[in-house]
Formats: sequence, structure tokens, C-alpha cells
Amino acid sequence: MQNQLLAIVLLPLLAALLTGLLGTKLPKAWAHRLTILAVGLSCLMSIDVAIDQLMDHAQPFNQNLYTWAQLGSLSLHVGFLIDDLTATMMAVVTFVSLMVHVYTIGYMKDDPGYQRFFAYISLFTFAMLTLVMSNNFLQLFFGWEAVGLVSYLLIGFWYKKPTAIFANLKAFLVNRVGDFGFLLGIAGVYMVFGTMDYAEVFKQISAGYNDLEIVISDGMVWSATTFLAIGLFIGAMGKSAQVPLHVWLPDSMEGPTPISALIHAATMVTAGVFMVARMSPIFEQSEIALNFILITGATTALFMGFLGVIQNDIKRVVAYSTLSQLGYMVVALGASAYSIAIFHLVTHAFFKALLFLGAGSVIIAMHHEQDMRKMGNLRKYMPWTYGTMLIGSLALIGTPLLSGFYSKDAIIEAVHFSQLGAASYAYICVLIGVFFTALYSFRLFFMVFHTKERMDEHTRSHLKESPAVVWVPLVLLAIPSAIIGYILAPGITSGELFDGSITVLAQHDTVAPIVEHYQHPFSLAISSFSHLPLYLAIAGVATAYFFVVVRPSWSEKLTRLLGPVNPILKNNYYFDKVYIDYVSAGSVGLGHRLWKWIDMAIIDGVMVNGTARLVAGISTHMRKIQSGYLYHYVFVMVFGLLTFLGWLYWRALNG
Amino acid sequence: MLENLPILSLLIWLPIFGAALIIFVSGQEKLQVTQWLALLTSLATFILSLIAINEFDSSRYYLQFIEDKSWIETLDVRYSLAVDGISLPLIALTSLMTVIVVISSWNNIKLRAAHYLAAFLIMCGLMNGVFAATDSILFYVFWEAMLVPMFLIIGIWGGPNRIYATLKFFIYTFFGSVFLLIALIYLGKQADSFNIFKMHSLLIESDTQMLLFFAFLIAFAIKVPMWPVHTWLPDAHVQAPTGGSVILAAIMLKMGTYGFIRFMMPIVPDASLDMANVMIVLSLIAVAYIGFVALAQNDMKKLIAYSSIAHMGFVTLGLFISFSLLAEKQVDAAIMGVQGALIQMISHGFISGALFLCIGVLYDRMHSRDISDYGGVINRMPQFAMFFMIFAMANAGLPGTSGFVGEFMVILASFQVSFWIAAIGALTLILAAAYTLWMYKRVMFGDVANEKVMGLEDINMRETIVFILLALMVLIFGLWPAPLLDIMAPSVQHFIDCNLVSKLSPEGMCS
Repeated sequence: MQNQLLAIVLLPLLAALLTGLLGTKLPKAWAHRLTILAVGLSCLMSIDVAIDQLMDHAQPFNQNLYTWAQLGSLSLHVGFLIDDLTATMMAVVTFVSLMVHVYTIGYMKDDPGYQRFFAYISLFTFAMLTLVMSNNFLQLFFGWEAVGLVSYLLIGFWYKKPTAIFANLKAFLVNRVGDFGFLLGIAGVYMVFGTMDYAEVFKQISAGYNDLEIVISDGMVWSATTFLAIGLFIGAMGKSAQVPLHVWLPDSMEGPTPISALIHAATMVTAGVFMVARMSPIFEQSEIALNFILITGATTALFMGFLGVIQNDIKRVVAYSTLSQLGYMVVALGASAYSIAIFHLVTHAFFKALLFLGAGSVIIAMHHEQDMRKMGNLRKYMPWTYGTMLIGSLALIGTPLLSGFYSKDAIIEAVHFSQLGAASYAYICVLIGVFFTALYSFRLFFMVFHTKERMDEHTRSHLKESPAVVWVPLVLLAIPSAIIGYILAPGITSGELFDGSITVLAQHDTVAPIVEHYQHPFSLAISSFSHLPLYLAIAGVATAYFFVVVRPSWSEKLTRLLGPVNPILKNNYYFDKVYIDYVSAGSVGLGHRLWKWIDMAIIDGVMVNGTARLVAGISTHMRKIQSGYLYHYVFVMVFGLLTFLGWLYWRALNG
Repeated sequence: MLENLPILSLLIWLPIFGAALIIFVSGQEKLQVTQWLALLTSLATFILSLIAINEFDSSRYYLQFIEDKSWIETLDVRYSLAVDGISLPLIALTSLMTVIVVISSWNNIKLRAAHYLAAFLIMCGLMNGVFAATDSILFYVFWEAMLVPMFLIIGIWGGPNRIYATLKFFIYTFFGSVFLLIALIYLGKQADSFNIFKMHSLLIESDTQMLLFFAFLIAFAIKVPMWPVHTWLPDAHVQAPTGGSVILAAIMLKMGTYGFIRFMMPIVPDASLDMANVMIVLSLIAVAYIGFVALAQNDMKKLIAYSSIAHMGFVTLGLFISFSLLAEKQVDAAIMGVQGALIQMISHGFISGALFLCIGVLYDRMHSRDISDYGGVINRMPQFAMFFMIFAMANAGLPGTSGFVGEFMVILASFQVSFWIAAIGALTLILAAAYTLWMYKRVMFGDVANEKVMGLEDINMRETIVFILLALMVLIFGLWPAPLLDIMAPSVQHFIDCNLVSKLSPEGMCS
């Protein structure tokens, strides 16, 4: 078992190192052969592990590999914890990664950085695996930051592009703000539990541990568990792009499309959701934290959905859709429906990777034009892309029987059952969100694939379906996008799946009522016709159809109708403006002032050089004493010596 | 055979002897010969330090490789050397960085190259002497002597404003040393011996402790440097040649914190405990305030110099937080704080050295340190870009690099004392990433900015070797710091158990 797990993690690393270090010395074909072989093997073995855990209910595997550091009685390890949660993540990560590897052969065909790209995405696979397979907080943080590093490198992959290198720095720094909270959360874990191992922490919680207090200020004392839970969640807000730390994700679209699919939709951005689910025993201990999570997730789900509607860049629509869907997952976490959050994570990974790669396929055909206003009627030229994108979009908006339907409906149900204070707010947000999800998804779909052709003549004459290396992965992703929900739904709605990895307190349990009303996935689909969400989704699609296909001119009228709301939406609620104009410019300005006023003026100007001037001043007077007469010097020396001896004598008397 | 080898003496005198030889043969203008001599000498020294690590017994605490000879009999000053798990890694670091400076100077110094190399070898010996001396007067001699070669290196091979910088450097540090000498003489009288470890078991009453504390503080805080006595460092770095900056940042700054560990904390622990909060605040100012100041720099060397001050803030934070932790009986966390500080000292040696070498590589080609003169260097120097990225990320404290290990431990330990200390310390996550990666972006990324950048050539074999060595160190100690921590562990345990206990009464003191 351990060797297999090691191989799963290390094969992508090895391939990344080989490809990366050999660089352009390696023929292009070998760059993708090596990495695909490694990730492919890793994927097969991960699926094997997943079958063991999910179907055959094998014992969870928890073992340390080596001791990273021994500090007094605390030992820090590197090791693996494999249970059904981890195994699911491993299978999803390696499968999507494999699809993206294959797709990249077509997408990056003529890029001079071909080898570098494959090295990076293999390295990412390694980093993501270390994150999900970790059995302790130290390694979790390593994987957490390592995926951040690769994300940084890949957003800035086209390093000549000013927007790309702005976006990657922004992504890294915003994530670091989240990591600031995350690290303090980990420090809190160490303070309360005195260990970094998950198993040990969970054992202490179930045995009824002593919560400590953290003094923030005199009147403000927090429960340490609430503090550390919120700290950890702030980390998740950075990585999973929750408001107000979401600003980096839309900009990350400056990177090549395959990585938008892999990193900024399917895997890395869901790391925060995974982490909270993994830490469910901790989060269950703090209702303050759960409420906070609910509010954050609901706000993200709804308000980022609004923004998806007004974007014209095809990738940005999908990016805002990702933000909104991440919000849904986080809402599920806040409602203590961890298994459902992971369920949505899995279905989303497939259909969102599909949508991104489909968008990429469109972008290839359009010669790297991303503006949807210059597209239209592409279904005529790109049947495979059209068909798979349709499946992806339908899955996303929650069409009965398709995967997104099961996971999203379960989230709405769970929030409905939640007793927490913020649950009603969250419930309204996720319901309205359904309408907007359908609206932006099908606005994209109709603008790109239907309506009249708006591209220029040159582009039109070259329009054709993308090569097989591009559309085959689309088909392979479309299959799970369609059916994975149907397959996993019984496990989720019966409460069996992830049962072993997730802890929910009875008073928070929102999955239990769902379990009580257990239904076969097929009858779930039937009964959805008597529930509101389905009609909201249909309304969304209809609205999109009307404004895009039937009366395109009305959308401008609608925009005018919105009036003052417009600039707010166009400017992303002014988050970027505040961050760039005030926070970052303010920091540089502060640094400049501290440097000029304190370092240079006060410390150097007054203290250091002032002392020098003082010495110079005194020495002009002292020069008179330096008479050249020996007895003067002797006198001074004797005087000095006597003073020193006198001091010692005085000390001896008083000491 | 190895048992009888005076290995510490060799570590001190071999490089100095090599330097003498180099100066002797340099008259014949044979650059190649002197370079090879310097390389062989430094390599031999480094190998000796590795042998010492290999022979070192890290199963329990005791002073090892002891040498003790009478030196100035009338004053009872002895030539006595020994190491423990705290000083030995620093000796190895010194020896390694000297090898790296020698390689990086290869064919690169136009003016009196032989003397340049000799100065670094002499400095290597003297710095090893500082870390190995167990007699305080011997320590002081090395401590002062070490200033001379650095003074020459900046003064002769430095930039246009080198005289101001050298004077500032020299006066600043010499000013501090005077107080050290007074304190050592006083302690020598009290203990009837100049042996540092005898001083550790002196009983000293509270007021005297405080006076001694300030004497030590002035001497060592300037070297670290701690805020607000740090302003000599950016000036010295800007004027120093690349090799000088590397040694200054990688080794000489550690002299200050080593002084805290060897003298201040064990000899006056009660005063240190009283002043711990002040030291913690000063450390936090170094982390946060200096982090912001680094953000505002346009000169790359100044930026890294300020970054050094901020990172050394973690060393002093880790050391002094241990007093607060021990006061609350949190021994494990105190060990973590001290271990974190020690790891940070070693790690910062690699990372700051590497970053100054990176800037040296650019300066050699462009003769500018201004960020605004660069842009798009990655297009011309992709291999260099990779190494620079590794070191930049290490400077930003990315897990998996050595830069993470110490800071992580210190933040975890600080959290036990106060949420606020940890929070301000953890600001480094954001600040260090901001100033380092923003610099990287402006220098390396983008389109080729100008003709001069267009003409850049990627790093050569010599530079590649240096960077590979340092990158390996940064990654190995990031992924597996355990071996280094294990060498230090018994000494740190002893430091916590015996050195940080009250010296007001004989109660609880180790024999």
C-alpha cells in the first residue's frame, strides 16, 4: 500500500523534474509522453485506491513516512492519511489532470514553452496530491503553498504579457493574506492540541478536550477553537476565492486555458473546501465559525453569480461561475453538510473542467479571440465542442439526472434544514443563485454557439473543430459530468459516503433529514418537478434565450434600466480599486515614509550623524587637552583608572 | 588519528595559512595559481568542518573537540576552543560560504585578486575562531580582528561611496565592541577566569545584570542588526563587493545573535527576562516596519539588506520569546522558539547569500542595482531566472525551502505567548512575498526592457555550480531539517535547562 501511494505522489514529481530540468533539450513529444505516462499511472493507481476505499470499504491507511523535525516532545512528520475522502480527491485530481495533460498537447502545440508547461502541470499534480493525502497540518501547509506556487508560475506562464505578470503576483499575494490566517489557525491547533497530526487532534476532540482561551484584547476573549477554525477558514477563503479574497481568480484567467480548467476550476481552488471537510471535527465545535462560513459562502455564491451575467470574455464568465459554485460548496460546509460539499466539489470538477476546456477549444478556433460578442453560431463548425459544452452547461445549472442536479439540490436541501442563524440568508442566496447560474451559463452558450456569426471574415474562413487531442478529453469529461451525480447520489443521500472521514454533531446534522427521506436518484429527478429550483433554472435559461437570441437589443435597455448599479457591477463591487489604490499603494507609501522620515531623517540624520557631529564638536575642544605633554596623558589615564576602580569599590560595598 | 587532530585549530588556522601563502606567491602575478590555492584551501576547510560534523556526538550535551593551552599567563587568558551543537553548524556554514565566495569571485575580480581572496580566507579563519573560542578574551580578539578584513574588502573593492560606508560600519560596530570588552573584563574578574562557560555559572545580582545586559545589548544588537541600530547595514551592503555582501549577510550578522546565545542570555538571564518584552517588540518592529521599508526600495541590494534585517528579526524573536515561554513553564514551545531561531540563522545564511550572489550576477553584467534599469531579464537568462525564483521563494518563506522552517517554528512558539506577537510576526508571509516577488516581477518578468538587457548572457558554469550548491542546501533543509535539528537538540535542551535559569540564587542551577 505504502509503495503504491508513494508512486502515486512521486511519479508526477519525477516527470516534472525530468521535463523541467532538461527543458528544451527534451524533444516536445517526449515532454508530453513522460508526463502523461507518469500522471496516467498515477491516475490508474489512484482509481484503484478509490475502489478499495469507496467500494470495498478498506481500512483507512494512516502512516508516517519520515520525521521532518523532532522538537522536544513534538514530532513533525510527513505522511499519508488515506480514507474515502482522500481517495475520492486523489481520483478526481489525477483524472482531471490526465485529461488536461492530453488536451494540452493540442492547446499548447506551438508554444515555445511547451516543455516548461508540462513540467509545471505535473509538478502541480504532485503538489495537489501531497495536500490531499497529508495526515498532518505541516504537510497540508506545504501542499497548500506548493499548489499556490505552481498556480503563480502558471498564471504568469506568458511572462511577457503585462496583465499576466500582474495577475500572478496578485494571486500570490491575495493567497498569502489567506495564508496569514491559515498559519495562525495552525498555530492555534498546536496551542490547543499540542500536536500537528490529524488523528491525534480528532481523537482529543472526540474524547472531550479542554478548550483554551485566546486574549485578543482586554475585553475580548475568544474560544481558541473558534479562533483557529476561523483562521483555517480564512486560509480557505484565499485558496477557494471567497469574498473578499476572491479578486485574484478572475484575473488568473490570464494564464493558459488548460490550467484555468485544472487549477482554477477543478482542483486547487477546491482545496479550501476539501480542507474544511477534512477538519470537520474542528469546525463542528464552533457555531460562530459555521455561521461565518455560511455567510461568506452565500455571499460569494450570489454576488459572484451577478457578475457572471455581465462578462463578455468567455473565460471570465466561466471564472465567475466557478466563484459562484465555490460559494455553493462553502455554503454546504457552513450547513455542516460536508459530504454534500465534497459531492458538489466532485461533480463541479468534471463539468467545470469540461466547460473551461470547451471554452479553450472555442478560443483555439477563434484564433485566441475571447470576446463572445465576436463569436456566434459556432455549433455549425464545432459539433463536438458544441455537444459537450451543452452537457456541461446543463449539468452546471442542475438539469435533472445530470450530475450538478444532485449535488446542488442536496446543498439547497441541507441549507434548508440548517438551524444556524445565518441559514435563512444563505437559503435565499442559494435559491436566487440557481436562476443566475442558469442565466449566465446559457447566455454564454447562446452567444457562442447560436445567434448570428459576428466574427471577422478571416476568422470565419478558418473556423473548424479542434483536433482530436482536444475534443477527446472533452468527451471523456462529458461522461462523468453527465452520470457521476447519479452514481454517487445514493451514497450521499443515504449518508454512507464519507461517513468515516467526516464528523457531524447531531444538532448540526443537515444530512440526516435528507437520509430520512431517502429516494432513489431516479425518483429524486422526478420529484424535482414539484420543487422551486428547477423552475428557477428554467426561468434562467428562458431569460438568457430571450435576451440573447430573441431580442438582443433589449439587453442594452435592461442595462440602462439598472442605472447606478451598473458601474458597481462593472467594477467588481470596487474591491480591486480599494485593494490596489489604498491597500497596496498605501503599503508602499507607508514603507517610503518610514524609510525617509524615521530611518533616514531621525535615526541616521539625528542619532548617528548627529552623534558624529557632536563628537566632532567636542573634539575641537578636546584638542586643547591633547597638548603633547606626557604628564597630561598620564594624568587623564590615572584619573580614568581611579574612577573605574572607585566604581568597582562602590559596587563591592553595595553589592 | 582523528581523535588527536586539533580540528578546531585547523579550521581557524588553515585558511589563514592559505591566505598567507597566497599573498606570498601573488607577487609573481599568477592569478590562476592563487585562485586554485584559494579554492583548495577553502575546500579543505569545508571538508574539515564536515569531518567535525561527522565526528560530533549529538547523543548528549557536552563540549567537544576541546583544545586548551596557556596563552597570556599573567592575565590567565587561555587559548581554549570547543564547540557544541549551536556553534558547530555555524562553523560549517562559514566554511561553505567561503568556498562559494571563492568560486563566485573566479576570474571576476580585476583589482588585486590575490589579496581579495586572501582577505576572505583570513576572515573565514577568524569567524570560525569566534564560533569556536571558549575563552572570552580569545573570543574578543577574533571578534575584533574579523572587522579588519571586512573593512578592507569594502574599503578597497567597494563602490564609489565606500569610505563613508566603511567608516559607518567600523565605528558603529567598534562602538559596540568597547562595551563588550568592559563587560568581559568585569565578568573575568568576578569568575576568576575568562572561560565563557565559567561565566555562565556566576551568580550576579539584579542591578549588575541589568548593566551587563545593556553592555551586551549594545555590542550584539548592532551586529544583528536590530532596529534602531540597523542603518549601517544597507549602506555597507550597497558599497560592498558581492563577496563582501555575501559574507556580511550570511555570517557576520549571525555573530550578533550568537553573542546573545553565548553571552547575554546565559550570563544575565534575569535581566534578559525583565527586558524580554522590549526585545520582542524590537524584533517585531524589525519584521513589520522593516518589511514595509523594504517594499519602498528601488536599489536591489538595499532591498535585500532590509529583508535581511526583517528575517533576523525572527531570530531575536525566537530567542527572547523563550524567556516568556519558560516563565509560563512551556518548555516544549521554548525549545521550538530557540530551535527556530537557530535554523533561521543557518537558513538565512544560505538564502541571503544566494540573493546577494544573484544581484551580483546582474550587477556584473549591467553595472546597475536599480530595479528600474531592468525588466524582462528572464527572456535572456532563463537558467538564472529559475535559480533566482527558488531563492526568491525561499526568502518569501515558502514551505519546502529552508526559509520556512525557522519562521514557522518561531510563529508557532510565539502564539503560545500572545496572539498579537504571532500575528505581527506572521505579517512576514505577506510582506516578504510582496517585496521579494514584486522585485522579481519588475526585474525578471515582462518584455526585454532595453538594449542592455537584450545583451545579457545567461549564467556560466561557475555561477551555475554556486547556485546549484545553494539551491540544494535551501531545498534539503526545507524538506528535511531533522538532521540539523538533531545536531542542535541536546545543546538547545541544555541551553533551556541550565542557561536560562535564574542567576540570582544558586537554586536550580546546573552544576
